Amino acid sequence: MDEIAPEYDVVVLGTGLTECVLSGVLSVKGNKVLHIDRNDHYGGEAASVNIETLFKKYGNVPAGEEPWKKYGRVNDWNIDLVPKLLMANGELTNILVSTDVTRYLEFKQIAGSYVQQGKAAKATVAKVPSDAGEALRSSLMGLFEKRRAKKFLEWVGEFNKENPASHQGLNIGSCTMKEVYDKFGLEDNTRDFVGHSMALYPSDEYINKPGAAIETIDRIRLYVNSMARYGKSPYIYPLYGLGELPQGFARLSAIYGGTYMLNTDIDEVLYDESGKVSGIKATMKDRDDQAAAMKFETKTKKIIADPSYFPNKVKVTGYLLKAICILKHPIDKTDSSDSLQLIIPQSQIGRKHDIYIAMVSSAHNVCPKGYYIAIVSTIAENDANHHLELEPGFERLGAIEEKFMGPPIPIYEPLESGEKDNVFISKSYDSTSHFETTTYDIRDLYQRAAGEELKVEGLREGQSLAQE
Amino acid sequence: MSESASANAPKPSSSVKLVLLGEAAVGKSSLVLRFVNNDFQENKEPTIGAAFLTQKCTLPTRTIKFEIWDTAGQERFASLAPMYYRNAQAALVVYDVTKPSSLTKAKHWVAELQRQASPGIVIALVGNKLDLTNDGGDAAGASVAPQVESESAGQDGEEGAGEEAEGQLPASGDARKVSTREASTYADEEGLLFFETSAKIGTNVVEVFTAIANAIPESSLKTGRGAAGAGQTALGSRSGEDSRVNLGDRNTATAKEGCAC
Repeated sequence: MDEIAPEYDVVVLGTGLTECVLSGVLSVKGNKVLHIDRNDHYGGEAASVNIETLFKKYGNVPAGEEPWKKYGRVNDWNIDLVPKLLMANGELTNILVSTDVTRYLEFKQIAGSYVQQGKAAKATVAKVPSDAGEALRSSLMGLFEKRRAKKFLEWVGEFNKENPASHQGLNIGSCTMKEVYDKFGLEDNTRDFVGHSMALYPSDEYINKPGAAIETIDRIRLYVNSMARYGKSPYIYPLYGLGELPQGFARLSAIYGGTYMLNTDIDEVLYDESGKVSGIKATMKDRDDQAAAMKFETKTKKIIADPSYFPNKVKVTGYLLKAICILKHPIDKTDSSDSLQLIIPQSQIGRKHDIYIAMVSSAHNVCPKGYYIAIVSTIAENDANHHLELEPGFERLGAIEEKFMGPPIPIYEPLESGEKDNVFISKSYDSTSHFETTTYDIRDLYQRAAGEELKVEGLREGQSLAQE
Repeated sequence: MSESASANAPKPSSSVKLVLLGEAAVGKSSLVLRFVNNDFQENKEPTIGAAFLTQKCTLPTRTIKFEIWDTAGQERFASLAPMYYRNAQAALVVYDVTKPSSLTKAKHWVAELQRQASPGIVIALVGNKLDLTNDGGDAAGASVAPQVESESAGQDGEEGAGEEAEGQLPASGDARKVSTREASTYADEEGLLFFETSAKIGTNVVEVFTAIANAIPESSLKTGRGAAGAGQTALGSRSGEDSRVNLGDRNTATAKEGCAC
């Protein structure tokens, strides 16, 4: 029984969301997959951890003390390491539904989506309008601006790439978003909230990028359609935390024959004379008995891995700042929402990048009743004093029971496509507030590794289950 | 028993997540297939590509719909995900009566369940492959745990099963390597339901599931998926309405192109 096959089609390293989705899809497609993680739990960087693990991970533990004990049962906590939410109408939702992984998970809405205007003591917080009608009632704009914004949003809804009549006379394929905003005469404030709170751009780089108008329109539509699906916010969230997502896809992979080995170190990656990967040497550790570790070697044609397994094949593209905060109260001025996203646009606080706050609570079974978990994050703009960069976010939170903040988190991407060595590496989770860019990476990686486009629709039809 | 009592009045129906655990090749999947493909065929749902198998168990006062989760092999290298245990209301821990090491492994799984699963989980310890023993085959169904026939509460069935079976001495010359007494004593100590079964010839299989169904406290039953299993913390939404979402219906709901602006 405890047999490792002499050869696999694909070895997947790391059990983050990207890796687990790919492992699941590849197994369903009939590939023989061996899926390994050096950690003793699923999820890698996308795991949800309990509060004891969190304290230990961030070193907030004075010698001889067990500070987590005052937070109730350790396992009542499922604290995300990645501050992301799912767009209700987004591609990850589509993948979840198409693969039936939804059957293992339950989702709840995120109760609200908010945006800050002004800064410090003068800051106000407003709900992000979800449609043209709500824009008209919003406190974000003056009366005439509301009409212009309504017109703009209606146009976004009617826009059809294939129909030039809907292009408002703009050369939509090549124009900038600035030209579009100008066309509708939108004020800076409106541009700000449309671009940052609806299109969810973390900076203003998109505004003057030629040809970025269509992408912006798509992003606004994704927001609006996601909002329209369940009503309260564009976001949904899995009960028990984001760490459930990789576990769900891992189960999909296992059901279709994928082999799982946690707590297993990769000792060596083997290559053939042409430079292509040919196998791995690895050691499965024993939780209790170090001497009982099992060494093994197996062949493989391809490796899919997260960046941490190939530090020499990736580069850093930026640094993410993140602080996980435990609160005992909902966030002020947010209608006591049990969960939310709050965006502090860069323009309001003199930064280049927005600050995001993602908050969940006991309503999502991630902590005991009465607690709230808020993650404040942004892209690092300085080399030091990162704590200060997040300060506008902390101001919004009020009293913080516990704050966990490590050094800036490097965001990696692969140096090469993997065509040369058949080692296909994923990107780190970026600073966006949702998983849409993660699904781009999943599609891109699948295309590179499998040599075909990823189609999840109808994926499981006609495929057979693994036999025990 | 479960399939009888066909009073036509609709009974309250509840979903119960049941997880399977045990060493490889003890017959976990066979037990479930025997249960699911038995004379309940008309209720059977498609199994190919299924996330889990489902089977209804009709009790005198209610219907239990088991969602039976197989390990999908993830237990082989100690890589079961916490999600597997999450909200499980029942567990079937299976060993092979001809293989003592499999009982040791079963005890390990019981400990793991007590550590990881919900506190109120109903655990049944099941010694499978009774057909390979001398008391298998013919009279086994009568000799082991007939008490479930009484349709009394599950706890009685459990104790009864132990007592009844204890009287049986393992006959020499057969393949049995784990005595009924050893396993049932352990089950008593840990408060587990206990059965010896044969998935091959069907002995006691339905009885196991019926006993589990009976043993699940009424209070922990939920009517729809997810309605109460996670309910202990589900009172977050201010307006009182539940903000759970059903992703399964999204294709019918708003699959239209364009924008809801």
